Amino acid sequence: MDGIVVRVNGTERQITAPPDVPLLWVLRNTLELTGTKYGCGEGQCGACTVLLDRKTVRSCLTPLSEVAGKSVTTIEGLEQNGALHPVQQAFLREEAFQCGYCTSGMIVSAVALISSNRNPTDEDIVRMMNGNICRCGTYPRIVAAVRDAAQTAQKG
Amino acid sequence: MGLGLDHDLASEIKQQVVTGGPRWFELDRRDFLKIFGGGILICACGADGLAQESGRTRSGPELPKDIAAWLYIAEDGHVTVFTGKVEVGQNIRTSLAQQVAEELRVSVESISMTMGDTDLVPWDAGTFGSRTTPTMAPQLRNMAVAARDVLVTLAATEWGVESSTLIAADGKITNPATKQSRNYGDLTRGQKLVKVIDSDPPLTPAMQWKIAGQAMPKVDGAAFVTGRHLYTSDLSRPGMLYGKILRPTGFKATLISLDDSAARKIPNVTSVRDGDFVGVAAPDLWTAEEALAALKVRWKAPSQISDRELFASLKTGSGASDAEPPRVTGSVAKALATADIKLEGSYSVAYIQHAPLEPRAALAEWNGDKLTVWTGTQRPFAVRDELAAAFRIPSQNVRVQVPDTGSAYGGKHPGDAAIEAARLAKAAGKPVKVVWTRQEEFTWAYFRPAGVIEIKSGALRDGTIIAWEHHNYNSGPAAMDTPYNIANKLIQFHPVEAPLRQGSYRGLAATANHFARESHMDELAHAAGIDPLQFRLKNTSDDRLRAVFEAVAEKAAWGKQKSGPSRGFGIAGGFEKGGHLATVAEVEVNPARALRIVRVVEAFECGAVVNPNGLRNQIEGSIMMGIGGAMFEAVRFENGRILNPHFSQYRVPRFRDLPQIEVVLVDRKDLASAGAGETPIVGVAPAIANAVFAATGVRLRAMPLKTS
Repeated sequence: MDGIVVRVNGTERQITAPPDVPLLWVLRNTLELTGTKYGCGEGQCGACTVLLDRKTVRSCLTPLSEVAGKSVTTIEGLEQNGALHPVQQAFLREEAFQCGYCTSGMIVSAVALISSNRNPTDEDIVRMMNGNICRCGTYPRIVAAVRDAAQTAQKG
Repeated sequence: MGLGLDHDLASEIKQQVVTGGPRWFELDRRDFLKIFGGGILICACGADGLAQESGRTRSGPELPKDIAAWLYIAEDGHVTVFTGKVEVGQNIRTSLAQQVAEELRVSVESISMTMGDTDLVPWDAGTFGSRTTPTMAPQLRNMAVAARDVLVTLAATEWGVESSTLIAADGKITNPATKQSRNYGDLTRGQKLVKVIDSDPPLTPAMQWKIAGQAMPKVDGAAFVTGRHLYTSDLSRPGMLYGKILRPTGFKATLISLDDSAARKIPNVTSVRDGDFVGVAAPDLWTAEEALAALKVRWKAPSQISDRELFASLKTGSGASDAEPPRVTGSVAKALATADIKLEGSYSVAYIQHAPLEPRAALAEWNGDKLTVWTGTQRPFAVRDELAAAFRIPSQNVRVQVPDTGSAYGGKHPGDAAIEAARLAKAAGKPVKVVWTRQEEFTWAYFRPAGVIEIKSGALRDGTIIAWEHHNYNSGPAAMDTPYNIANKLIQFHPVEAPLRQGSYRGLAATANHFARESHMDELAHAAGIDPLQFRLKNTSDDRLRAVFEAVAEKAAWGKQKSGPSRGFGIAGGFEKGGHLATVAEVEVNPARALRIVRVVEAFECGAVVNPNGLRNQIEGSIMMGIGGAMFEAVRFENGRILNPHFSQYRVPRFRDLPQIEVVLVDRKDLASAGAGETPIVGVAPAIANAVFAATGVRLRAMPLKTS
C-alpha cells in the first residue's frame, strides 16, 4: 500500500495505512501524537478536534484520504519556539480543566474560534464551543479562558 | 474511635460495591462466582482494609507506621510522597502536596506525589467517598511532621544543641543563634527515614497555614494544556497489540457458538474464547476491528424488563437479602394523628451514566507469571486482587499502576478493562491495550442506581415538623436521614434486585435522597404558607447548615425578587460527608413551558479550605454535572439492551446549558477539612425543581425533571 503524505504540525509525514482509517487513529497510534483524544468516535464530544488547513475538524470522523496533501495542526503543534500559545496560557491562568481529558480539543477549538472572531462575546463562545463536552463541567472557566485569550491576542 | 472509623469505611464500601458484573473465564467460572457473586472478596477486602486505613485497630494488618513507606527525601532535597489515592480530576495531587509541604516546611515544587502504584505505595481501599481529605491528608501530614522532627534531631545531634532551639523552614534546619543551616537532603543524604510513628504528632492548625489554604495552581497543569500528559489510553509498550472485545447482544447473555476461523486467517491476529469472553488482538486498531467484525457468533439472552416498567419493579421487586431495619425515633403514626398538615409524595430518579470522557482503558503486560497493568481505576489495590483472582496468581505477582485519569465520578471502581487486556495479552504473548468505545462505556460499564423514594410527613400549623417517614427503594441509603429537628421519624432503605448493573456514583444516593427530601420540604413550606428558607431555618438547629443557608440567601438576595409565572426561585440544602451546602436556583419558564436555568448560587462549607481555587472548581463542576441529572440524563433500556448509548442520544450538559454560577465558600479554619468532590452536587436538582414550582405551581417529582 502506498503512503499518503500529510503535513502534520509543519512536518511532512508519509503514512502507510488504509485510506478510510480515521485521522485520529493515525495521529495517536502511528504518529504517537497522543494529545488528541478519543471521546466518542461519533463527532459528538470534540475531544479529537484538530485543525485542517486552519479549520476545526473532528479527526475521529475524518478519513485519512481526506487529509492527503493538506496541513494538520494538533495540540502538540500550538507551541511556538517553546512558548505556549495564548489560548494554552489562558487555560492555565483560569485553570479551565479538572481531569484535562477534553482540554486538547477545547484549546484547539478555541484557537480556531479566536482566529476567526477576534472579539467574541460570551454568546459567541458558547455557540462555537457547544460541540465540545467537558464532563467535569468546567464550562464557566473555559468561557473565561477563551475571552481572556481573545483579549490578550488583541493587545498583542 | 478506631471502631467508628472502621464502621464508616465498611458502610461506605458496601454502598460503593458494583453489583451485577460480568462473569469472566470458563475455568474460573465456578470459583469466580464463589468469590465475586456474593461479594465475599469485596467485603473481606473492606474488612481488613478498615484496620489498615485507620491504622488504629488492634486486629488485622495495619498501615505502615514508618515514615519511609510514605515519604522519601532525596539527597538533592526532593521529596517523594507515596499514596494509594489516585488523581481523576479532583485535584488531590495538588491539595495533598500542599498539605505535606505545609507540615514538612518545604515548597510544593519540591514534592512529587507517587500515586496509585501498588508496588510502590501503601495499601489503600480506594479513592471514593470523599475520604482523601479527611483520612489520607492527616495520614500524610502526620508523616511529614514526624519527618521534620527526625530532621531537627539529626541537625541537633550534629551541632550538639537542643532540638527545641532549631527551626525547620524552606527545606532546611536553621540554628538562629549561630546562623548555621543544613538542607534536608544534606541531613538525610538520601537515606530512608526509618522512624516508627506511634502516636499522632501535633499538626499545624489551619489558622497558621501558609501553603495549605492557598489557591495553588494544579501542580502539572502545563502537561494538560500541551497534551503531554499520558493517560492510560495514551500509553504504549514495545510490540503492543490493540485489543477489542466482542460484546454480547444483551445483558446476561451466554455464548451459544463462535466461529472465529475468518478472523484467524487475518495475519497477526490473536483470537480468544474463554467462557463467555471473546476478544481479539492485532498490531493496529483497524486490523483488530476487522478481526472483530469477522467473528461469527450466536448469543442467547434471557428476556428482561424495560425502563417503562422500572419504577414499578423497584417497588414490587424481590428484596435483597441484606435489607436494613428501619431507623425509628418516636412514633410517626401517633404524630401524624395530631398533625395539622399532612403530606405524602413519591419521587423517582432514573438510571444515569458517569460518561467519563476517557473511557475505561487498560494496558497489560506479562513477564512469566508476573503481570503489570496500567489502568484508570479508583481502586488500584482492589483491581490488583481482581486480576490475581481471575488469573489464579498471588496478588504480589500483580502490579497495577494508575496514570492520572480522564475522570471517574465513582464510575471506575472495577477492573473490567484490566482483566480483558490481561487475558488477551496472556494469549498473544505480547502487551495488549484495550480502550472501550463510547458505546461500550454507555452499555457495559455500570450505572447510578435508579430509585423510588416515598415520603410521608406531618407538621403543625406554625410550621414545626412533627413526623417524617422516608423510604428509599434501591437508590441507596446515603444522606437518607433528615438534618431537620423532627421528634418522630422512620427512615428505611429497601435494597431490591436491580435490573441493571449498578454501583457508585459521585455523591451516591445523597443526590436522590436530597432531591426527595428537599422537594418535600418545599411542599410542606408551601402548605404551611411559610417562606421555604424560613421554613428550613425554623426546623433546624444545626449551626453549620444554618450558616450555609444564610450565606446563600445573602448572595442570591433571596426574597428580594418574587417568583412569578415566568420566573422562579428555589432553595435546597443539607449535609453529607462533612460538607454542608445550600443551593439557590433561578429559572425562566416560557409559555411553552420550556425551561432555562438562569442562575445557580451555592454556599459550601467543608471545614478548613485546603485550596480555594480547586474547591471552587469542584463546586462549579458539580453544579454543571448536577444540571445533567436534574434536567435530561436518563439511561433508556429494553430487554437487556441500552437504547441510547451515544452522546447524540444521551444528553449531557454542554456550554449552552451554562447558567450564571456563583459560589460562596464558608471557610471554617476551626474545623477539620472534609472532602468536597461529591457533596456540592446534591442540592442542584431540588433547588431547580423548587424554582419550577415557584414559577408554575407544577410540582415535578421525577429526575430528570420534565417541564413540558
